[in-house]
Amino acid sequence: MKIIKNIIKFGKIAPVLLGLIAFSYCGKEKPAETESSVASKGVGPVSSVTLGTLNEGMAQKGKLNFETKCSACHKFEEKVVGPALKGVTERRTPEWIMNMILNPIEMTQKDPIAQELLAEHLTQMTFQNVQESEAREILEYLRKMDKK
Amino acid sequence: MILIGLGYGCKNGAATAALASDAAKRVYVAPGEKDEVYAFLSGGFSGQMSVYGIPSTRLFKIIPVFSVFPENGYGYDEETKNMLRTTHGYVPWDDSHHIEASMTDGKQDGRWLFLNANNTPRLARIDLRSFETKEIIEIPNSAGNHASPFATENTEYLMAATRFSVPIPQASVPIENFSKGDFKGTVSMVKVDPKSGRLSLELQILVPGFDYDLSHCGKGKSHDWCFFTSYNSEQAYKMIEVGASKNDKDYILAFNWVRAKQCLDQGKASNFGGEYYRNYLPENQPAISEKLSGVKMLQPKDCPGVMYYMPTPKSPHGTDVDPTGEYIVGGGKLATVIPVHSFSKLMEVKDKPEHRSGTIMDIPILKYESTLAGEVKKPCLGPLHTEFDGKGYAYTSCFVSSEVVKWELGTWEVEQHLPAYYSVGHLSIVGGSSKDPYGKYLIALNKITKDRYLPVGMELPQSAQLYDISGGKAELLSDFPTVGEPHYSQMIPAKLLMDKAAKIYPLEENKHPYAIKNEKDARVVREGNTVRVYMTQIRSHFKPDTIEVRSGDTVFFHVTNLEQDFDIPHGFAVGGAPEMPNLLIMPGQTRTFKWKAPKPGIYPFYCTDFCSALHQEMQQYIRVLP
Repeated sequence: MKIIKNIIKFGKIAPVLLGLIAFSYCGKEKPAETESSVASKGVGPVSSVTLGTLNEGMAQKGKLNFETKCSACHKFEEKVVGPALKGVTERRTPEWIMNMILNPIEMTQKDPIAQELLAEHLTQMTFQNVQESEAREILEYLRKMDKK
Repeated sequence: MILIGLGYGCKNGAATAALASDAAKRVYVAPGEKDEVYAFLSGGFSGQMSVYGIPSTRLFKIIPVFSVFPENGYGYDEETKNMLRTTHGYVPWDDSHHIEASMTDGKQDGRWLFLNANNTPRLARIDLRSFETKEIIEIPNSAGNHASPFATENTEYLMAATRFSVPIPQASVPIENFSKGDFKGTVSMVKVDPKSGRLSLELQILVPGFDYDLSHCGKGKSHDWCFFTSYNSEQAYKMIEVGASKNDKDYILAFNWVRAKQCLDQGKASNFGGEYYRNYLPENQPAISEKLSGVKMLQPKDCPGVMYYMPTPKSPHGTDVDPTGEYIVGGGKLATVIPVHSFSKLMEVKDKPEHRSGTIMDIPILKYESTLAGEVKKPCLGPLHTEFDGKGYAYTSCFVSSEVVKWELGTWEVEQHLPAYYSVGHLSIVGGSSKDPYGKYLIALNKITKDRYLPVGMELPQSAQLYDISGGKAELLSDFPTVGEPHYSQMIPAKLLMDKAAKIYPLEENKHPYAIKNEKDARVVREGNTVRVYMTQIRSHFKPDTIEVRSGDTVFFHVTNLEQDFDIPHGFAVGGAPEMPNLLIMPGQTRTFKWKAPKPGIYPFYCTDFCSALHQEMQQYIRVLP
């Protein structure tokens, strides 16, 4: 964990460094978005999520948190600071989405998809002090938006 | 050093206190590793407090307290400018001297630090979660709040006594009336709420018109008492450096604060005038500034047993209580001994007439020998302040001979002389003024630097020196330049503070009346000629990002930082804004920039704290219409 702590400590310049890391990695061998990486659960506290039928109550709570902590950088239909989120629950596993919300810095260091996204958008996704239960609610909101 | 060699070349001599042979290794903190101790240094005439790591002596932070701070906007923005409000108006500077750490059972508890403002009498409370100034209370009926803020054993009260005696209440009288008794001093008891830390002035005691210098409160058996030094018992008012140095002994005032409180509760204090401000900064809301009026004033004659004078040679400056609470060490800045009073003896003799030599304002004067535990003979020139290592040794700073002397409690024998570069005032040991010193590091806080650093014009930075006192002999490890005058310090083990330091202001707890919690609420609202801009920041943009106002409008930018990530404040600065420096807005915080819209044109605004790869793009425009 020492390396991670250090990167967090230098959080303000980390995006640049991480960007370089991502580029150099890409230069050597661009990781294709293979079957396995699409199925990736990412890196972080969430290893398994069981999805049921859409829970409206959770989605509603997720919407409120999304608007406060995520919407400054993410829209659904278009890229703003970060990628457009329409279809994200089809592109990524639920675990990956939650880990990206909960552990964005380590994700952009270690997860090939997150690394590619950083190289594309060049702004380190921020950890917004979201609790795991709240990340699950945001996931439910994203599912709801994808079902529209 | 020559002086020591000639007159005071005690057995070890200054030369033996050499630099430790592996000093560099002992102060080296490798990249990514953390220091062992926080050192909080007051800034003297800078009015601030600075935070260093020990043993590396790296500067981590300047905490603005009594002086405005353009780096982050303290004292300028709508949220914090009320912190510097006083009955004299907005006073944006002060002279900060003594840092006191909050204590529980006489031990540092890591909750708050307190700091005095010497010039315009005030006390501040600094929160040790956020490392921010949260409260400032003005002390009325006082002129020069020097002998403060010294805390009782459980931080029940902070003591504050006046440096300059003046007519109380204030009056324009001939200055020569000073020696006729028209001038008085006060001792103030400021109550600290044990949960919130909130400060309130509970009682003042009117005392003789001397100059009150320093204080320390008792511990253990002396829990009920605080001890104040006074000088100028001559009541000289001209050429004071001569006039105030005539008496062979001045006094340490022993003050029973528990008794004073008892007399207050028995109705023996009377209503007295005095206006003062109390300014409080609630978490993430604008400062609340209250003007309060009147105090309860106690006269010593109405409360027998509340105060005693212990004669102390000569122009005593420091008064320090050892960890057991038994010894009260005086630092007579013109004395050739370090006198040590015994608390047990004080208790034994205080009410026996044969041990008294007179009274002043009905305060009994005890005989010097009656309370004396011992004297450290010819320790140095100009002994000032003493701290303790918890292992039976005391360390006293000596201003004139520029050294720290280590001596043993009980035998009163000097063990070691440590040179200081130069003119040491206070000194500080980790926990050294508490009941439980950690006793590993000592810093000497020096007034002069002279030849220690590269010259940078006429003025050099003042400095502090770090010694390791963990072994038998203290060893010099390093010295370092400081911010302002490093007047006094509290050093606290890092483990007491580091894990509870706040990382963000949670957005959901932001109670600021003009906060907005998401971008869709960002807007510009006009109320007549006042325009309120409800603005958000997040890497790397503002909302709203283009703004139009009219020339002459009063514009309030209420800026909320939506980040919830540690160490990501955003800056906010508007081109040409004449009364506003930079603002640094912490994650989850709201701060307000007031701006009189100038002549028509386009005015850029931008983030000043480098925040992301697109930091440079975090810039926008305000259009000022005719």
